[in-house]
Amino acid sequence: MKCEFCQKTAIAENPARCQTCFNKYVEETVKHTIKKYNLIEEGERVCVAASGGKDSITILHLLHSFGYNVEALAVDEGIHVYRDDTIRFLTKFCKERNIPLRVISYKDEIGKRLEDMVPKNKPACNMCGTFRRHILNKYSKEYEKIATGHNLDDESQAVLMNIVNAQTNLFARQGPKTRDVDGFTQKIKPLYFLKEKEIMTYAYTKQFAVGFTECPFSRESFRANLRDVFNLEESKNPGTKHNVVQKYLSMRQSSLGDNPETLKDINKCAVCGFPCNGETCKACQYKKKVANTTIKQTG
Amino acid sequence: MEVFIDKTNQRKQLSFEGTAKQLLRKLSINSEEVIIVKNDQITTLDAKVSDEDTIKILSVISGG
Repeated sequence: MKCEFCQKTAIAENPARCQTCFNKYVEETVKHTIKKYNLIEEGERVCVAASGGKDSITILHLLHSFGYNVEALAVDEGIHVYRDDTIRFLTKFCKERNIPLRVISYKDEIGKRLEDMVPKNKPACNMCGTFRRHILNKYSKEYEKIATGHNLDDESQAVLMNIVNAQTNLFARQGPKTRDVDGFTQKIKPLYFLKEKEIMTYAYTKQFAVGFTECPFSRESFRANLRDVFNLEESKNPGTKHNVVQKYLSMRQSSLGDNPETLKDINKCAVCGFPCNGETCKACQYKKKVANTTIKQTG
Repeated sequence: MEVFIDKTNQRKQLSFEGTAKQLLRKLSINSEEVIIVKNDQITTLDAKVSDEDTIKILSVISGG
Protein backbone atom coordinates (compact mmCIF):
# COMPACT_ATOMS: atom_id res chain seq x y z
CA MET A 1 0.00 0.00 0.00
CA LYS A 2 1.29 3.46 -0.91
CA CYS A 3 0.86 6.69 1.04
CA GLU A 4 -2.03 8.67 -0.44
CA PHE A 5 -0.10 11.90 0.06
CA CYS A 6 3.45 11.15 -1.10
CA GLN A 7 3.40 7.60 -2.58
CA LYS A 8 6.01 6.20 -0.16
CA THR A 9 5.32 2.83 1.50
CA ALA A 10 2.41 3.19 3.93
CA ILE A 11 2.51 2.16 7.61
CA ALA A 12 -1.16 2.94 8.34
CA GLU A 13 -4.52 2.60 6.61
CA ASN A 14 -7.68 4.73 6.32
CA PRO A 15 -6.24 6.81 4.79
CA ALA A 16 -2.94 5.22 3.76
CA ARG A 17 0.00 7.18 5.15
CA CYS A 18 3.77 6.69 5.23
CA GLN A 19 5.64 7.20 8.50
CA THR A 20 6.35 10.89 7.89
CA CYS A 21 2.79 11.73 6.82
CA PHE A 22 1.30 9.57 9.58
CA ASN A 23 3.33 11.23 12.34
CA LYS A 24 2.42 14.63 10.94
CA TYR A 25 -1.27 13.63 11.05
CA VAL A 26 -0.95 12.59 14.74
CA GLU A 27 0.80 15.82 15.67
CA GLU A 28 -1.66 18.01 13.74
CA THR A 29 -4.65 16.18 15.26
CA VAL A 30 -3.39 16.88 18.78
CA LYS A 31 -2.61 20.53 17.94
CA HIS A 32 -6.09 20.92 16.46
CA THR A 33 -7.76 19.37 19.54
CA ILE A 34 -5.84 21.70 21.87
CA LYS A 35 -6.82 24.73 19.80
CA LYS A 36 -10.45 23.85 19.07
CA TYR A 37 -11.32 23.00 22.68
CA ASN A 38 -8.99 25.59 24.22
CA LEU A 39 -7.29 22.90 26.29
CA ILE A 40 -4.24 24.94 27.24
CA GLU A 41 -4.08 28.72 27.54
CA GLU A 42 -0.92 30.77 27.24
CA GLY A 43 1.38 30.55 30.24
CA GLU A 44 -0.47 27.67 31.88
CA ARG A 45 1.45 24.90 33.62
CA VAL A 46 0.29 21.43 32.66
CA CYS A 47 0.75 18.35 34.76
CA VAL A 48 0.75 15.14 32.72
CA ALA A 49 -0.64 12.12 34.54
CA ALA A 50 2.05 9.71 33.42
CA SER A 51 2.22 5.96 33.84
CA GLY A 52 5.08 5.43 31.40
CA GLY A 53 2.80 3.66 28.94
CA LYS A 54 2.47 4.67 25.29
CA ASP A 55 -0.37 7.17 25.80
CA SER A 56 1.17 9.27 28.55
CA ILE A 57 4.65 9.16 27.01
CA THR A 58 3.16 10.35 23.70
CA ILE A 59 1.37 13.25 25.43
CA LEU A 60 4.52 14.24 27.31
CA HIS A 61 6.53 14.14 24.09
CA LEU A 62 4.00 16.12 22.06
CA LEU A 63 3.22 18.83 24.63
CA HIS A 64 6.93 19.24 25.38
CA SER A 65 7.83 19.44 21.69
CA PHE A 66 5.03 21.98 21.09
CA GLY A 67 6.70 24.18 23.71
CA TYR A 68 4.16 23.87 26.54
CA ASN A 69 5.26 24.06 30.16
CA VAL A 70 4.80 20.43 31.20
CA GLU A 71 5.72 18.33 34.19
CA ALA A 72 5.01 14.67 34.84
CA LEU A 73 3.23 13.13 37.80
CA ALA A 74 3.25 9.37 38.23
CA VAL A 75 1.51 7.13 40.71
CA ASP A 76 3.33 4.00 41.86
CA GLU A 77 0.63 1.62 43.06
CA GLY A 78 3.17 -0.89 44.26
CA ILE A 79 2.68 -3.66 41.69
CA HIS A 80 5.90 -5.58 41.24
CA VAL A 81 7.18 -5.83 37.62
CA TYR A 82 4.01 -4.34 36.04
CA ARG A 83 4.57 -0.79 37.26
CA ASP A 84 8.33 -1.03 37.86
CA ASP A 85 9.07 -1.30 34.11
CA THR A 86 6.93 1.65 33.01
CA ILE A 87 8.18 3.94 35.77
CA ARG A 88 11.77 3.06 34.90
CA PHE A 89 11.10 4.00 31.27
CA LEU A 90 9.26 7.19 32.29
CA THR A 91 12.12 8.26 34.57
CA LYS A 92 14.66 7.81 31.77
CA PHE A 93 12.39 9.58 29.26
CA CYS A 94 11.89 12.63 31.52
CA LYS A 95 15.56 12.81 32.49
CA GLU A 96 16.67 12.89 28.84
CA ARG A 97 14.31 15.81 28.13
CA ASN A 98 14.68 17.68 31.41
CA ILE A 99 10.98 17.24 32.18
CA PRO A 100 10.39 17.40 35.96
CA LEU A 101 8.90 14.13 37.24
CA ARG A 102 7.28 13.42 40.58
CA VAL A 103 6.41 9.86 41.62
CA ILE A 104 3.90 9.39 44.44
CA SER A 105 3.54 5.91 45.86
CA TYR A 106 0.54 4.24 47.50
CA LYS A 107 2.99 3.13 50.19
CA ASP A 108 3.68 6.75 51.17
CA GLU A 109 0.20 8.12 50.51
CA ILE A 110 -2.14 5.33 51.60
CA GLY A 111 0.28 3.51 53.90
CA LYS A 112 0.42 0.28 51.88
CA ARG A 113 1.33 -1.03 48.45
CA LEU A 114 -1.59 -2.31 46.38
CA GLU A 115 -0.09 -5.79 46.72
CA ASP A 116 -0.57 -5.48 50.49
CA MET A 117 -4.21 -4.39 50.17
CA VAL A 118 -5.65 -6.91 47.70
CA PRO A 119 -4.86 -10.60 47.10
CA LYS A 120 -3.34 -11.22 43.65
CA ASN A 121 -5.85 -12.26 40.99
CA LYS A 122 -8.64 -10.39 42.79
CA PRO A 123 -9.96 -7.39 40.84
CA ALA A 124 -8.92 -4.06 42.33
CA CYS A 125 -9.78 -1.59 39.57
CA ASN A 126 -12.47 0.38 41.44
CA MET A 127 -10.41 0.98 44.56
CA CYS A 128 -7.15 1.47 42.68
CA GLY A 129 -8.76 3.95 40.27
CA THR A 130 -10.22 5.92 43.18
CA PHE A 131 -6.84 6.15 44.96
CA ARG A 132 -5.11 7.06 41.69
CA ARG A 133 -7.55 9.90 40.88
CA HIS A 134 -7.33 11.14 44.47
CA ILE A 135 -3.52 11.29 44.38
CA LEU A 136 -3.41 12.89 40.92
CA ASN A 137 -5.84 15.57 42.01
CA LYS A 138 -4.03 16.20 45.30
CA TYR A 139 -0.61 16.64 43.69
CA SER A 140 -1.77 18.58 40.62
CA LYS A 141 -3.28 21.46 42.59
CA GLU A 142 -0.44 23.83 41.73
CA TYR A 143 -1.09 23.36 37.98
CA GLU A 144 -3.83 24.89 35.84
CA LYS A 145 -4.53 21.65 33.96
CA ILE A 146 -3.89 17.95 34.26
CA ALA A 147 -3.50 16.06 30.97
CA THR A 148 -4.53 12.41 30.80
CA GLY A 149 -3.98 9.77 28.16
CA HIS A 150 -7.66 9.18 27.34
CA ASN A 151 -8.06 8.41 23.65
CA LEU A 152 -10.84 7.80 21.13
CA ASP A 153 -11.21 4.17 22.24
CA ASP A 154 -11.61 5.14 25.91
CA GLU A 155 -14.13 7.85 25.10
CA SER A 156 -16.28 5.82 22.71
CA GLN A 157 -16.42 3.01 25.29
CA ALA A 158 -17.36 5.49 28.04
CA VAL A 159 -20.18 6.97 25.95
CA LEU A 160 -21.71 3.55 25.40
CA MET A 161 -21.16 2.46 29.02
CA ASN A 162 -23.02 5.51 30.29
CA ILE A 163 -25.92 4.85 27.91
CA VAL A 164 -26.14 1.15 28.77
CA ASN A 165 -25.95 1.95 32.51
CA ALA A 166 -28.55 4.73 32.07
CA GLN A 167 -26.03 7.20 33.52
CA THR A 168 -26.38 9.88 30.89
CA ASN A 169 -25.91 12.46 33.67
CA LEU A 170 -22.23 11.45 33.51
CA PHE A 171 -22.02 12.81 29.94
CA ALA A 172 -21.11 16.19 31.40
CA ARG A 173 -17.95 14.62 32.87
CA GLN A 174 -16.70 13.47 29.48
CA GLY A 175 -15.36 15.45 26.54
CA PRO A 176 -11.90 16.77 25.65
CA LYS A 177 -11.94 19.08 28.69
CA THR A 178 -13.80 18.37 31.91
CA ARG A 179 -15.84 20.86 33.90
CA ASP A 180 -14.22 23.43 36.12
CA VAL A 181 -15.19 22.08 39.53
CA ASP A 182 -14.07 23.69 42.80
CA GLY A 183 -11.33 21.53 44.34
CA PHE A 184 -10.49 19.59 41.18
CA THR A 185 -7.72 20.36 38.71
CA GLN A 186 -9.33 20.68 35.29
CA LYS A 187 -8.66 17.60 33.20
CA ILE A 188 -7.71 17.79 29.52
CA LYS A 189 -7.43 14.97 26.96
CA PRO A 190 -5.13 15.95 24.07
CA LEU A 191 -5.33 12.45 22.49
CA TYR A 192 -9.15 12.59 22.41
CA PHE A 193 -9.51 12.10 18.65
CA LEU A 194 -6.77 9.50 18.19
CA LYS A 195 -7.39 5.78 18.24
CA GLU A 196 -5.35 3.54 20.51
CA LYS A 197 -3.91 1.84 17.42
CA GLU A 198 -2.80 5.20 16.00
CA ILE A 199 -1.09 6.15 19.27
CA MET A 200 0.68 2.79 19.39
CA THR A 201 1.83 3.23 15.79
CA TYR A 202 3.19 6.70 16.58
CA ALA A 203 4.82 5.48 19.81
CA TYR A 204 6.50 2.60 17.96
CA THR A 205 7.96 4.89 15.30
CA LYS A 206 9.32 7.14 18.06
CA GLN A 207 10.59 4.13 20.05
CA PHE A 208 8.33 5.02 23.00
CA ALA A 209 6.46 1.74 23.10
CA VAL A 210 7.12 -0.39 26.12
CA GLY A 211 6.30 -4.09 25.92
CA PHE A 212 2.88 -5.44 26.85
CA THR A 213 2.51 -6.26 30.52
CA GLU A 214 -0.77 -7.04 32.20
CA CYS A 215 -1.74 -5.77 35.62
CA PRO A 216 -2.23 -8.85 37.86
CA PHE A 217 -5.20 -7.13 39.50
CA SER A 218 -7.13 -6.35 36.31
CA ARG A 219 -10.07 -8.46 35.25
CA GLU A 220 -12.20 -8.74 32.14
CA SER A 221 -14.80 -6.08 32.69
CA PHE A 222 -17.85 -4.58 31.06
CA ARG A 223 -15.54 -2.01 29.48
CA ALA A 224 -13.31 -4.77 28.07
CA ASN A 225 -16.35 -6.41 26.48
CA LEU A 226 -17.38 -3.11 24.88
CA ARG A 227 -13.82 -2.63 23.67
CA ASP A 228 -14.02 -5.96 21.83
CA VAL A 229 -17.36 -5.01 20.26
CA PHE A 230 -16.01 -1.63 19.13
CA ASN A 231 -12.82 -3.14 17.73
CA LEU A 232 -14.75 -5.72 15.75
CA GLU A 233 -17.05 -3.05 14.35
CA GLU A 234 -14.16 -0.65 13.63
CA SER A 235 -12.28 -3.33 11.68
CA LYS A 236 -15.39 -3.88 9.52
CA ASN A 237 -16.51 -0.25 9.35
CA PRO A 238 -13.57 2.13 9.86
CA GLY A 239 -14.70 5.36 11.51
CA THR A 240 -17.18 3.77 13.95
CA LYS A 241 -15.41 5.02 17.09
CA HIS A 242 -15.06 8.49 15.67
CA ASN A 243 -18.74 8.61 14.73
CA VAL A 244 -19.85 7.61 18.24
CA VAL A 245 -17.71 10.30 19.85
CA GLN A 246 -18.83 12.96 17.34
CA LYS A 247 -22.51 12.10 18.01
CA TYR A 248 -21.85 12.35 21.74
CA LEU A 249 -20.18 15.75 21.33
CA SER A 250 -23.20 17.00 19.32
CA MET A 251 -25.58 15.77 22.03
CA ARG A 252 -23.45 17.34 24.71
CA GLN A 253 -23.38 20.64 22.89
CA SER A 254 -27.15 20.70 22.41
CA SER A 255 -27.97 19.66 25.98
CA LEU A 256 -25.27 21.51 27.92
CA GLY A 257 -24.45 24.44 25.66
CA ASP A 258 -21.09 26.05 25.10
CA ASN A 259 -19.95 26.21 28.66
CA PRO A 260 -20.90 23.15 30.68
CA GLU A 261 -17.64 23.27 32.56
CA THR A 262 -18.63 25.00 35.76
CA LEU A 263 -19.73 23.41 39.00
CA LYS A 264 -19.20 25.29 42.25
CA ASP A 265 -20.10 24.91 45.91
CA ILE A 266 -20.16 21.13 46.12
CA ASN A 267 -19.68 19.05 49.30
CA LYS A 268 -16.27 18.67 50.86
CA CYS A 269 -15.03 15.41 52.39
CA ALA A 270 -15.04 15.60 56.20
CA VAL A 271 -11.68 13.78 56.34
CA CYS A 272 -9.54 15.20 53.53
CA GLY A 273 -11.55 18.20 52.33
CA PHE A 274 -11.74 17.04 48.72
CA PRO A 275 -14.96 17.51 46.73
CA CYS A 276 -17.39 14.62 47.10
CA ASN A 277 -21.07 13.73 47.01
CA GLY A 278 -21.51 12.41 50.55
CA GLU A 279 -19.90 13.08 53.94
CA THR A 280 -16.59 11.44 53.13
CA CYS A 281 -15.04 10.83 49.76
CA LYS A 282 -14.62 7.37 48.28
CA ALA A 283 -10.81 7.46 48.70
CA CYS A 284 -11.11 8.08 52.44
CA GLN A 285 -13.69 5.31 52.73
CA TYR A 286 -11.37 2.85 50.96
CA LYS A 287 -8.40 4.06 53.02
CA LYS A 288 -10.25 3.27 56.22
CA LYS A 289 -11.28 -0.13 54.88
CA VAL A 290 -7.76 -1.22 53.94
CA ALA A 291 -6.07 0.22 57.05
CA ASN A 292 -6.60 -2.92 59.06
CA THR A 293 -6.38 -5.56 56.35
CA THR A 294 -3.38 -7.85 56.17
CA ILE A 295 -2.84 -9.67 52.90
CA LYS A 296 -0.57 -12.63 52.46
CA GLN A 297 0.10 -13.09 48.75
CA THR A 298 0.35 -16.58 47.38
CA GLY A 299 1.97 -17.76 44.17
CA MET B 1 8.16 -17.60 9.40
CA GLU B 2 8.87 -16.59 12.96
CA VAL B 3 5.93 -14.90 14.68
CA PHE B 4 6.07 -13.20 18.07
CA ILE B 5 2.80 -12.25 19.79
CA ASP B 6 3.58 -9.88 22.65
CA LYS B 7 0.23 -10.08 24.44
CA THR B 8 0.64 -13.79 25.12
CA ASN B 9 4.45 -13.68 24.99
CA GLN B 10 4.37 -16.49 22.40
CA ARG B 11 6.90 -17.27 19.69
CA LYS B 12 5.69 -19.47 16.85
CA GLN B 13 7.26 -21.00 13.76
CA LEU B 14 4.68 -21.02 10.96
CA SER B 15 4.69 -21.84 7.31
CA PHE B 16 2.56 -19.12 5.75
CA GLU B 17 2.25 -17.19 2.49
CA GLY B 18 -0.34 -14.45 2.18
CA THR B 19 -1.19 -11.00 3.48
CA ALA B 20 -0.76 -9.71 7.01
CA LYS B 21 -4.54 -9.55 7.27
CA GLN B 22 -4.84 -13.25 6.37
CA LEU B 23 -2.16 -14.09 8.94
CA LEU B 24 -4.12 -12.29 11.66
CA ARG B 25 -7.29 -14.11 10.61
CA LYS B 26 -5.43 -17.44 10.85
CA LEU B 27 -4.30 -16.50 14.37
CA SER B 28 -7.81 -15.22 15.32
CA ILE B 29 -6.49 -11.75 16.12
CA ASN B 30 -8.55 -8.61 15.46
CA SER B 31 -6.53 -6.22 13.29
CA GLU B 32 -7.80 -3.23 15.29
CA GLU B 33 -6.10 -4.52 18.45
CA VAL B 34 -2.57 -4.86 17.11
CA ILE B 35 0.12 -3.37 14.94
CA ILE B 36 2.13 -5.66 12.68
CA VAL B 37 5.87 -5.30 12.47
CA LYS B 38 7.49 -7.09 9.54
CA ASN B 39 11.28 -7.30 9.70
CA ASP B 40 11.33 -4.35 12.15
CA GLN B 41 9.09 -2.11 9.99
CA ILE B 42 5.42 -1.39 10.73
CA THR B 43 3.36 -2.66 7.87
CA THR B 44 -0.20 -2.44 6.59
CA LEU B 45 -2.73 -5.25 6.43
CA ASP B 46 -2.39 -5.75 2.68
CA ALA B 47 1.40 -6.37 2.91
CA LYS B 48 2.62 -9.76 1.70
CA VAL B 49 4.23 -11.92 4.36
CA SER B 50 6.12 -15.13 3.76
CA ASP B 51 8.29 -17.76 5.41
CA GLU B 52 11.44 -15.60 5.20
CA ASP B 53 9.88 -12.84 7.32
CA THR B 54 10.08 -12.18 11.04
CA ILE B 55 6.74 -10.88 12.25
CA LYS B 56 5.92 -9.18 15.54
CA ILE B 57 2.28 -8.72 16.49
CA LEU B 58 2.16 -5.99 19.13
CA SER B 59 -0.91 -5.31 21.24
CA VAL B 60 -2.16 -1.73 21.18
CA ILE B 61 -4.26 -2.30 24.30
CA SER B 62 -2.77 -1.41 27.64
CA GLY B 63 -2.72 -4.17 30.20
CA GLY B 64 -4.11 -2.16 33.10
